[in-house]
Amino acid sequence: MITRLLEGVPRRGLAMLAALLVLLLAFPLFASGYLLAIGFLILYFAYVGQAWNIMMGFAGQLSLGHSLYVGLGAYAAAALYVHFGLSPWIGLLASIGTCALAGAVIGFLAFRFGVAGVYFAILTIAFAEFARIGFDHFTWVRGSSGLFLPVANYTENDLWNLRGSPRMFYYLMLALTAGAFVLCHALLRSRMGYYWLAIRESPEAAQALGVNIFRYKMYAVVLSAAMTSLAGVVFAFYYNNLFPEQIFHISRSIELILGPIIGGIGTLVGPLVGALLLTGLAEGMGELLLALGVDVPGVKQVFYGICLLLVVMFLPHGVWPPLARKLGLER
Amino acid sequence: MPVEIYLNVAASGLLTGLVYGLMALGLSVIFGVVRVVNFAHGEMMTVAMYLTLLLFGALKLDPLVLLVPIAAVLFVFGYLLQIGLINPFINRPEHSQFMLLVAVALILVNLQLIVFGPDAQGIRTAYSFDSFQLGPLIVDAAKVYAAGAALVVAAALFAFFRFTLLGKAIRACADNYEGARVVGLNVKHLYALTFGLGAACVGAAGAMLMAVIDVTPTIGPAYTLLAFVIVITGGLGSMPGALLGGLLIGITEALGGVLFTPSAKSMFAFGLLVLVLLFRPQGILGRKTA
Repeated sequence: MITRLLEGVPRRGLAMLAALLVLLLAFPLFASGYLLAIGFLILYFAYVGQAWNIMMGFAGQLSLGHSLYVGLGAYAAAALYVHFGLSPWIGLLASIGTCALAGAVIGFLAFRFGVAGVYFAILTIAFAEFARIGFDHFTWVRGSSGLFLPVANYTENDLWNLRGSPRMFYYLMLALTAGAFVLCHALLRSRMGYYWLAIRESPEAAQALGVNIFRYKMYAVVLSAAMTSLAGVVFAFYYNNLFPEQIFHISRSIELILGPIIGGIGTLVGPLVGALLLTGLAEGMGELLLALGVDVPGVKQVFYGICLLLVVMFLPHGVWPPLARKLGLER
Repeated sequence: MPVEIYLNVAASGLLTGLVYGLMALGLSVIFGVVRVVNFAHGEMMTVAMYLTLLLFGALKLDPLVLLVPIAAVLFVFGYLLQIGLINPFINRPEHSQFMLLVAVALILVNLQLIVFGPDAQGIRTAYSFDSFQLGPLIVDAAKVYAAGAALVVAAALFAFFRFTLLGKAIRACADNYEGARVVGLNVKHLYALTFGLGAACVGAAGAMLMAVIDVTPTIGPAYTLLAFVIVITGGLGSMPGALLGGLLIGITEALGGVLFTPSAKSMFAFGLLVLVLLFRPQGILGRKTA
C-alpha cells in the first residue's frame, strides 16, 4: 500500500514534504499565540481548499457554495454538543451525514437535469444562501442571534470534547490537512481519479468511453462535501460561536476557493501554497498598514484584491506549477 | 388580512421588480454577448448609487435626470474594464474569469468603503413621500417614476439591438464569434461596447433605485446575487427574460415578506431560482443552447 503510494514520486519532492511536515510539527514550539492562530488559519484554508479541489480541480465541477457544507457541518456538531452534550467525535458523524446528503441532493438535482458550468455554480450559491436565511430563522440553533458553545478553561486539553488550547486545534487541523493530502494523492492515482480527470477534460469523450459520468460526479460532490464538513466541526469548536450571517455567507465560499485557485487548480500542493500565500499576505498587509499608521477599514482588502488581480492575470495556472518547475519537481 | 394589502404589496413589488429587471438586463446583455458572468455587477450598481448621492448633493438635480450622465459614466467604466482587463480573458476557463471579476468586485466594494464609510446614506426628493391612489391601490410616486424610467431605458436598449447597424453587429458577435471575425467585425471593440452598455443599464438602475432605497457599500454583493437570480430565472442572455425575471422576483420577494417575515424574503427568490434551474435550466424565456 505504502510502496504503491510512493511509487513514481520524485525523491526530492518527498524530502521537501518531510521537511515541511517537520517544520509544521515543530511550529507551535516556538510560535507565539498570534502566529499559532495564523498557522491554524493557513491549515484550515489548506484543508478546505483541498476538499473543494476534489470537485473543481479533479472532476471539473465549479462550486461557489462550499460555505454550505462548512456551516451545516459546524451547526450539526455544535447543536448536538450544546443540546445533548454529545462529543464532537460523535457529532461529526451527524455532520458528515448531513453534508454528504446535502451534496448528494444538490449533485443529483443538478446532474440529473443537466445543470452545468455557470448554472451549476449559481445553483450552489443559491443553496448556500437559502441555508443562510433559513438558519437565521431556525430557532433550535438560536437563529440569527447565534449559537454559542460553553467555553472551557484552557489549562487542560480535553480532546474528547474538543475543549482546549489553540495548540491542540493546530495539531488537529494539521492531522486533517495531512490526511486530506494523502487521500487526494491516493485518489488521483486510483481508477476514480482518472475518471474524474477524464470528465473534467471532456465529459462527452468520457461518456463515450463508457465512464458513468453521473455516478463519478456524484462521488466527487459527496466526498468533497463530507470532507468540508469536518472543517466546519473544527471551526465551530475553535471559535465557539456560530452565526448564519457569517458562516454561510457567500464571501466565506469565495474565501475558501481563492487558495486552490491561486495555488494551482487540480494540483495537490496548490491548496497548501495558496493558503500559505493568501493568509500570509492578508496578515502581513494588516501588520504593515498598522506599522504605517494607516487605520482605514477597507485598505487591506483593496491591496488584497489587487494582488489577486495580478496573480490571475500573470499566472493563469496558479503559483504552484511554475514553482514546481523551478524546484525541479516536474515529472 | 384584507386582499387590498396583498394587492398593494404586489404592485409595489412589481414596480421595484422593473428596476431590478433593468439592472439584471445589464448582466444578461453582457453574458449573452461576451459570455462572461459579471460578478461585480452589484458593486458597479453601488458605484452608480454613490455617484447619484454626490451629484444630487452638489447639483440638487432629480435622480431621474441624473441617470443620463451616470449611465454615461458607467458606460465608459464598463468599456475600459472590458478593453483593459476582460478581453485578454475571453478564451480563459470560466473559473479564471470568475476570479478576475471577484477581484474587481473586492476592490470596488472596499474603495467605496474607504471613500464613503460604512453608514447607510440616502437622498430625499420632492416626491419622496408622495403616492398615487388607483382605486384600492396606493403606490409610492418614487417607485412609479423609477419603474417608468426603467421601461424607457429598456425599450431604448431593445430598439438599439433591433434596429441599428451597430446593434446588429453586436448580435452577430453573440451568435458566432468566429463568423463575426471573418466578416471583418472588430469583435474586441464590440465586446467593450456591449460591456459598456450593460454597465450603463446598471448605472441607470442604480440612479433610479437611489430614489427608493439607501446605499451602503455592502449591498453590492447582495445585488450581484439578486441579479444572478433574476437573469437565471428569466433566461441568461435573454433580454425580455431579464425584465420578466425582475418582475417575478420583485413580486415574489414582496409577497414573501408580507406572508412570512420580511427578513426571510430573499429565501423565496432563491427557492424560485432552484425550481427554475431544476425544471427549466435555460430559464423561462431562455434558448436551449448554453
